[in-house]
Amino acid sequence: MFDPQEIRETIDMIDEDNLDVRTITMGISLLDCMDSDIDRSCEKVIRKIKRCAGKLVETGEIIEKRYGIPIVNKRVSVTPVSMLVGASGGDPVKYAKALDQAAEAIGVNYIGGYSALVQKGFGPGDKELIQSIPRALAVTERVCSSVNIGSTKAGINMDAVALMGKIVRQCAELTAERQCVGATKLVVFCNAPEDNPFMAGAFHGVGEPDCVINVGVSGPGVVRSAIASMDENADLQQVSDKIKKTAFKVTRMGQLVGTVASEMLGVPFGIVDLSLAPTPAIGDSVAHILEEIGLERVGACGTTAALAMLNDAVKKGGVMASSTIGGLSGAFIPVTEDAGMIRAAREGVLTVQKLEAMTAVCSVGLDMIVIPGDTTAEVISAIIADEAAIGMINTKTTAVRVIPGIGLKEGEEFDYGGLFGAGPVMPVSKLSPAKMINRGGRIPAPIQSLKN
Amino acid sequence: MRAIISVIGKDEIGILAKVSGLCAEKKANIVAVTQSVVEGYFSMTMIIQVEDMTCTIGELQNLLDERLPETKNRVMHEDIFYEMHRI
Repeated sequence: MFDPQEIRETIDMIDEDNLDVRTITMGISLLDCMDSDIDRSCEKVIRKIKRCAGKLVETGEIIEKRYGIPIVNKRVSVTPVSMLVGASGGDPVKYAKALDQAAEAIGVNYIGGYSALVQKGFGPGDKELIQSIPRALAVTERVCSSVNIGSTKAGINMDAVALMGKIVRQCAELTAERQCVGATKLVVFCNAPEDNPFMAGAFHGVGEPDCVINVGVSGPGVVRSAIASMDENADLQQVSDKIKKTAFKVTRMGQLVGTVASEMLGVPFGIVDLSLAPTPAIGDSVAHILEEIGLERVGACGTTAALAMLNDAVKKGGVMASSTIGGLSGAFIPVTEDAGMIRAAREGVLTVQKLEAMTAVCSVGLDMIVIPGDTTAEVISAIIADEAAIGMINTKTTAVRVIPGIGLKEGEEFDYGGLFGAGPVMPVSKLSPAKMINRGGRIPAPIQSLKN
Repeated sequence: MRAIISVIGKDEIGILAKVSGLCAEKKANIVAVTQSVVEGYFSMTMIIQVEDMTCTIGELQNLLDERLPETKNRVMHEDIFYEMHRI
């Protein structure tokens, strides 16, 4: 029997604090769709996605109604498309269009996996795919792309880093009349997880089963309000415990939804990704949690420490609540998608330098940051290299998703609406790293890679 | 298999009657009810059996919202509460 107070607590979490399941993402392997003819290969891709994920959206909606929990997104991730390009040759954009068409047919808002894994070098199809990313993201609505350019095991592929600086710029240039939206759908990773359900970085790793259900939970609002309900003088150990307990409850919900979805769809359950994923909605902000812990504004000295504690407590609470944790799991710190980050960025108190420090202790990296439109490709490459270095040395995932604000003047903003939110241009260093970037080659794997 | 109905709002005549009437109509057996009225605010939690129910939990939610437009109503499968509050 339940205490009415427990029932109230759950309902308040959903109604007042924006608790939701952020995404049910079906991972689908496309390895059996490979064909030496690209058009036949595309046809097989569309057929397989429709067959596996045809009922994904409907199933999500049934679960939403039965349990009264909003499931915000239903999505699909696929095998890195560069592998299919390697087998078939031809213009990779055909695959992007095929994915877009399949996603539209089954009613999902994003499909991830227009990806290449090049941490140690370019394989067949990798360069062709990477070079096609700007066009692919400009001509499709739903396709998301990611490129893994480094790992703790392999080091950093600096040739790929140099290339990705140019690609990020081209993504923005080709979609300049649409607020450079192309760049919002491209993530450059170090140590990319193969079971991440969150976009834009989701892809279905080659070590994964044929088809799998992964769930991404959320709940920054719930954590913030749990801390707000505490005594003002509670010490940080108590705050950390409170975060743990809240993360536990949130994750259990994700575990339930994932288990039920996998049963209903007859597909194995993969992982729960227990990330705190903010949205621009009021009360759904990771920045506000940090401010609730006791910072005047996110970006203040102390932000990195508060974020480190938050990220760790979320994992500790979540790990006991689920049988299989995976993906990115931690706290996301995108700028344009988080009301508190947007405010601090507008006020100029949150800088790219501070965000970089924060990425050393959060779950991902520099995410959804609008940078000046005249930022050179070499500077973007250097930003990617810095982030990758943090990830490589600390054996964690890091990523870069920056948006060169082509045509934006200082003080102006992009406003995407919806989950992508809005954000001002944030200054980055104009000093040239060109000589280093143009050297190319590889940063060798660090000593941390030698664990055997 | 059970579901939990929760209704919160300004107290008025007939809330409980409307909820229990709807349950009877849809063949949902009421297992337990707790309710309290504090300073004119009504709060009710009801546990119902849903095996023999003639509609889905989602449909029951919609009907409840139609008949009680002034209160905040929720119908949710009990598993969500088990998962969140019991180890």
